[in-house]
Amino acid sequence: MNNLDIVISARNLTKKFGSFAANKALNFDVYKGEIFGFLGANGAGKTTAIKILCGLSKPTSGEINVAGFNVYSQTGQIKKNIGYMSQKFSLYEDLTVWENIRFYAGIYGMPKKAIQEEADKLIQKLGFEHARDKLIGALPLGWKQKLAFSIAIIHKPAIVFLDEPTGGVDPITRRQFWELIYEAAHQGITVFVTTHYMDEAEYCDRLSIMVAGEIKAIGKPLELINEYEAKNMDEVFVKMARG
Amino acid sequence: MIQIENISKNFGEVLAVRDINLEIKDSELFGLIGPDGAGKSTLMRLMVTLFIPESGSITMNGRDTVKDYKEIRKHVGYMPGRFSLYQDLSVEENLAFYARVFGSTIEENYDLVKDVYEQIAPFKKRLAGQLSGGMKQKLALSCALIHRPEILVLDEPTTGVDAVSRKEFWEMLKKVQQTGITIVVSTPYMDEASLCDRVALIQKGKLLQVDTPENIISSFPKKLYALQAKDHYKLLSSLKSIEQVYSAFPFGQYLHVTLNDDALEASDLQALLREKGHDQLQVEIALASIEDVFMHLMQSN
Repeated sequence: MNNLDIVISARNLTKKFGSFAANKALNFDVYKGEIFGFLGANGAGKTTAIKILCGLSKPTSGEINVAGFNVYSQTGQIKKNIGYMSQKFSLYEDLTVWENIRFYAGIYGMPKKAIQEEADKLIQKLGFEHARDKLIGALPLGWKQKLAFSIAIIHKPAIVFLDEPTGGVDPITRRQFWELIYEAAHQGITVFVTTHYMDEAEYCDRLSIMVAGEIKAIGKPLELINEYEAKNMDEVFVKMARG
Repeated sequence: MIQIENISKNFGEVLAVRDINLEIKDSELFGLIGPDGAGKSTLMRLMVTLFIPESGSITMNGRDTVKDYKEIRKHVGYMPGRFSLYQDLSVEENLAFYARVFGSTIEENYDLVKDVYEQIAPFKKRLAGQLSGGMKQKLALSCALIHRPEILVLDEPTTGVDAVSRKEFWEMLKKVQQTGITIVVSTPYMDEASLCDRVALIQKGKLLQVDTPENIISSFPKKLYALQAKDHYKLLSSLKSIEQVYSAFPFGQYLHVTLNDDALEASDLQALLREKGHDQLQVEIALASIEDVFMHLMQSN
């Protein structure tokens, strides 16, 4: 048991839809407190794999553990120990900032008193005091995304999954968002993130690149850049995906 | 030519577009660059006659968007941000439908869409709803082109699209441009600005700057440094605590930094950081990108 710091372990993760294999024997480990970038072209199979890791879908075969729990039999525990946010769905637009926090913290099973404390802390940290009772729908996108991320980790999960969290966000807010990610990772939360911004790929500690259902490369950004004799991750990505 | 004069559009209290003036030349590939909520889509919908402005006017090749909207619609191709083709029609049926609505046929204008359409032609019997993201986008572009428009307006065609498909899409746009069609395209990806002839940087309903990508980059008013160290998180917090630092932002493998006083040198910055104890610290002069300019304009506005 010397692998205590592995929080996601996937061995031969395979998912088939009929005769089509969306994930073909994926092998990777993700470590505690790491920012892990999960890259790939549209349709490469990223979402399929993320759904399995979040306990929302069962793999066809393979041995996969998330936060110490088995993805076949312990999906309930997995869901309690992870956070999730995406660009497409994050918060309820017709609830206020405060109501969204209370709602999600409740879903994550936090006790009432802790919710009160954490909610106040969170609102203060983001400087949202004046927006506490505003409807989410009225907030700028960048604010929503920062709030959604903070809510996704309010229950201090082992892992937070971020699916294209910064799409369309302005360049300054996008960077403030990444500072929140760094901070969470420094507190020991593992961050599993997908993005189409290749500069953001370079902020990750390690990343994997998926092509047509397979992981074609895995490593630190600089290692991959050197290995593919590229200037930056954008070039690596284009070289790989174009084969 | 597209002439936009003092155009404003409000939604209740939200001032989506504020007094914008802009001229887009014939056969130009023009980019509207800005984040979500900047007003890009509203400005485009005003151009394609889907909104009536509060004030100001737009003419599209001499036709007024309010008075001559029917005529404009015959000569403009518009690809909205959200996929809006018929999901339950096949690829081929969608294209035929759009051609017919504009009183044309696929055969008549096939030369124009050939390059794009051939990439999806092997799937022409497939329902549009069952295409992958990249293929949907190619079909949408084909449908926007099939009536041979004079002006093509594309609202965020590459949002949520991976880096490779984005490059392919821009290559297709360049080919379309060569046929003489004027193209207006919006994007939140700053790196795509360099692929346009000219761009407008837009934020909160206002234009921050309009020029060629080269001129925008050379307009960056400060000395820019690229920094590297072993721990970027630590380096960023150090930089924020130094009062001579004007801005510090992560940029891929580097941190981009400007100072309040441009008389200072790289060696001065290094000296300021030395006492904070950073391993493997490197300070180099960097070239600004469109994104650096955009953030600088955001900060100073």
